Amino acid sequence: MSGLITRRNMILGSGALMLSGCDRLTTAPATRDALTIAERATRSAQRLVMRGRSALAPEFAAADLSPVFRVNGTSRPDNADYVRHAATGFADWRLTVDGLVARPLQLSLAQLHAAPTRTQITRHDCVEGWSAIGQWTGVPLGAVLRHAGLSTRAQYIVFHCADTLLGETYYESIDVVDAFHPQTILAHHMNGSPLSIGHGAPLRLRVERQLGYKQAKYIMRIEAVESLAGIHGGKGGLWEDLHGYQWYAGI
Amino acid sequence: MTEPERDATLIYRTRLPVRIWHWINAVTILVMVMSGMAIFNAHPRLYWGKFGANPDHAWLEISNHGTVGFVNVTGIEFVTTGWLGYAGNVDLAFPLSVTLPHQYDLALSRGWHFAGAWVLALGWLIFAGYSIFSRHLQNDLLPKSEELKPRALWADIKAHARLHLPRGEAARRYNPLQKIAYVVILGLVLPTLILTGLTMSPAMDAAWPWLLTLFGGRQSARSLHFLAALAIVTFVVVHLMMVVLAGPINELRSMITGWYRLPQERDQ
Repeated sequence: MSGLITRRNMILGSGALMLSGCDRLTTAPATRDALTIAERATRSAQRLVMRGRSALAPEFAAADLSPVFRVNGTSRPDNADYVRHAATGFADWRLTVDGLVARPLQLSLAQLHAAPTRTQITRHDCVEGWSAIGQWTGVPLGAVLRHAGLSTRAQYIVFHCADTLLGETYYESIDVVDAFHPQTILAHHMNGSPLSIGHGAPLRLRVERQLGYKQAKYIMRIEAVESLAGIHGGKGGLWEDLHGYQWYAGI
Repeated sequence: MTEPERDATLIYRTRLPVRIWHWINAVTILVMVMSGMAIFNAHPRLYWGKFGANPDHAWLEISNHGTVGFVNVTGIEFVTTGWLGYAGNVDLAFPLSVTLPHQYDLALSRGWHFAGAWVLALGWLIFAGYSIFSRHLQNDLLPKSEELKPRALWADIKAHARLHLPRGEAARRYNPLQKIAYVVILGLVLPTLILTGLTMSPAMDAAWPWLLTLFGGRQSARSLHFLAALAIVTFVVVHLMMVVLAGPINELRSMITGWYRLPQERDQ
């Protein structure tokens, strides 16, 4: 029977050949490179219609809040430092702000709580497709960067996190356009309560015009850089490095 | 039949811009539907409203109980093992055989989808402009008022049901149901797909907040995007069936060269 080639098997076989041929084309490195042209076009076009940093993400009413805001990604970082900080209510935890800044900072949670805040009810959009609406209170990132004396050479702001995902340390990055957007905040409260560990205690990023994987949780250090090359995999974030996610996540 | 008589039935029916747009769209829609199903696989649940995630009520879910695939529509569950939810030992909503690429790679599927979106949206804008200025829309696509009378429509429905496609002079023009299908796809389904796609972008919601008002929130837009894609797929299936019924060689030639041979009148 093994020598018998049925019509059905021939059709299935040629179909499989076509599929694998197609896959070689659709997944080739050259194809991935070509697709980044469209990605850059999307970023430029979106920045244009958003008038740079002007356009605000929609804000919602308290009645629009998701009844349950699901925890995603890491729900409890397990590195020893973080576990110790969490056990002491982040009393000794310090946010490091360094890199291309005139005055590197070490900020305590109390200092961040005492700083002027912004509160916003916004929608969190996961790259997978779901959305949840939550209220976030935090310090505008732009204010922290100005306080640290950000160098004009700085192009990107990198967020180094306490959690590991897929065996690597989580990190993310945004450019200075989004860093100084009025809704870009370092959130320490969610829905009126201190940030829970599941949602990124003690501090997480909200960059409201981009997708969920940009909203780094468990921020330990903020670094201003000229280029993303040389930082971990060089693509600006954990998901970007490991799974080819688009660095610009406005869509 | 002599040669000159046969030539007399050959008419120039499809102009070059229409043919170019048709074939670009044929490829683009295939890419969009396949990459779109791959993206849907990342979160195979649909909601109405401004938000929607796993704790919230989904009106549509394609998933599995172990190795039993199911589609749940508004609480009614259909077992779809082997087709949807679970197929070939893979627990994805749409099987990998119909997704782009044929492996789970969300970033790459998104790369294809958003590159294709530029082609689809710009193509639609150019074609819409062309159709209006060349009067293709008014002359060929919009049904005439007499074609929209219930009697005329009913006659065309009966003709379609009996698979009696227009012949002779009547085949010079699109028939009423054909015109309605084309106008609904061009004027309603494609713009809905493009705009609901934009509504899912957080950056576009900042730039054009009216999108959210228009569609009733991001998750409603996502549901409408899915339904509009289903409408396109249905259209393509019916369209291909009609091509086969109407004579695939003649139809393909008219969409490649523009020249269409009028089918002979039936002998009464």
